[in-house]
Amino acid sequence: MAEFFVKLGLPMPWAYLVEVFIICVFVLIFILINLLMLIWLERKVSGDIQARIGPIRVGPLGLFQTAADALKLMLKEDVIPAAADKWTFIISPFMVFLPAMLVYIVLPFDHNLVPQDLSLGVLFIVAVGTLPTIGIIMAGWGSNNKYSMLGAMRGAAQAISYEVPLVLVLATVVMWTGTLSTKEIVEAQQGMWLIGPLFIGFLLFLTCGIAEVNRTPFDIPEAESELVAGFHVEYSGMRFAFFFMGEYAHMLFVSGLISALFLGGWHFLPYKPNLWLIPGWVWFLAKTYALVLVIMWIRWTYPRLRVDQLMKFSWKGLVPVSLAYLLIMGFVKVWWTG
Amino acid sequence: MTINQYLIVAVFFFIGLAFLAALLILSRLIRPSRPDQGKLSTYECGMKPIGQSWGRFNIRYYIFALLFVLFDVEAAFIFPWAVKLGQLRLFAFVEMLIFLAILAVGLIYAWRKGTLEWLE
Repeated sequence: MAEFFVKLGLPMPWAYLVEVFIICVFVLIFILINLLMLIWLERKVSGDIQARIGPIRVGPLGLFQTAADALKLMLKEDVIPAAADKWTFIISPFMVFLPAMLVYIVLPFDHNLVPQDLSLGVLFIVAVGTLPTIGIIMAGWGSNNKYSMLGAMRGAAQAISYEVPLVLVLATVVMWTGTLSTKEIVEAQQGMWLIGPLFIGFLLFLTCGIAEVNRTPFDIPEAESELVAGFHVEYSGMRFAFFFMGEYAHMLFVSGLISALFLGGWHFLPYKPNLWLIPGWVWFLAKTYALVLVIMWIRWTYPRLRVDQLMKFSWKGLVPVSLAYLLIMGFVKVWWTG
Repeated sequence: MTINQYLIVAVFFFIGLAFLAALLILSRLIRPSRPDQGKLSTYECGMKPIGQSWGRFNIRYYIFALLFVLFDVEAAFIFPWAVKLGQLRLFAFVEMLIFLAILAVGLIYAWRKGTLEWLE
């Protein structure tokens, strides 16, 4: 695309900058449209699971309900508590949403449709994907509210505990494929999807992924029945909306990442990458939304874990298992190829 | 001329920042703003808030954070190893085995000491 702008008479670095700008705007629009869909879907799914109807009034099938809610949040008064640490309070919603948005840069939608195929893609995800934790701590500390503080502490403890097995499983995937680029990892799954050889890794990653996005059964940072809303209890209006958007954007990203790393990304079936002329991103989005549905299904089925059970599950269960798993798969890899 | 591929990260960051700021400004123009003392007080289920929240919290959180630092530094070592294991083979594998064994000893020590228990 940069060549097109060069032909229009733009000098090279500027042409590239315009290209990058357009890509970014498209990715942002993609995220926003999907957020509207996801929030609507969450309500419909929860309605179905609890034998309710869910939203039906606003638009066909209630599709515009989320837009109506966004408008409501815009019109809501924005309260910053007098006791709050003002700047920490203001910055933290940005700290939660921006990283959740930035990681989409390396999401491989199709073989020629990666916003930017960074050569250190997986490491980029690990580095940027943890930043919302800082946002959560800042929100809890800045609110100067006991519920927020408890929620933030739990959120941080949970995020760091589940980060360790998550990173170890990612390292296993990297070791198996021998590359850090998300695009090349998907290309390596032309034949067998990684869910085959790395099935346990897939289960570990799904568990840690749900914990990373703070959804039930791992939603103790929010725990609406005991901490009211946890770290974002003092937020209202648009600032609350940023947390909400960040959470859903992160959930969609985790689903997309799992479908790219384990479910073959844009490939149709193992050993059968294409079906007629249907573009690969259709399969990618289909897999992503299937995972989103699984995550929602889990959310509306299971009760919440207690904080001690949660920490125990990670440090005494997932961490040793994923450490051993990394070594076992490393041995298999060395033995297999040599 | 090669352009740094991470440029997009910076561009996307600023676009996101501008987008969020635009939303905040837009909502500031149309939303009401009538603060009063009750509204601005800290929420505590309708009661008058007692003291500040910037006080003590469970020491466990701190210990888990320490453990996390240990394992996260190790992750920085594992990624380059993971990329090159296919070429370096058994030698690199045994090296990582020793490295992880030392880490595992640390984890087992913490486990035996009861640090991983939430309640004593």
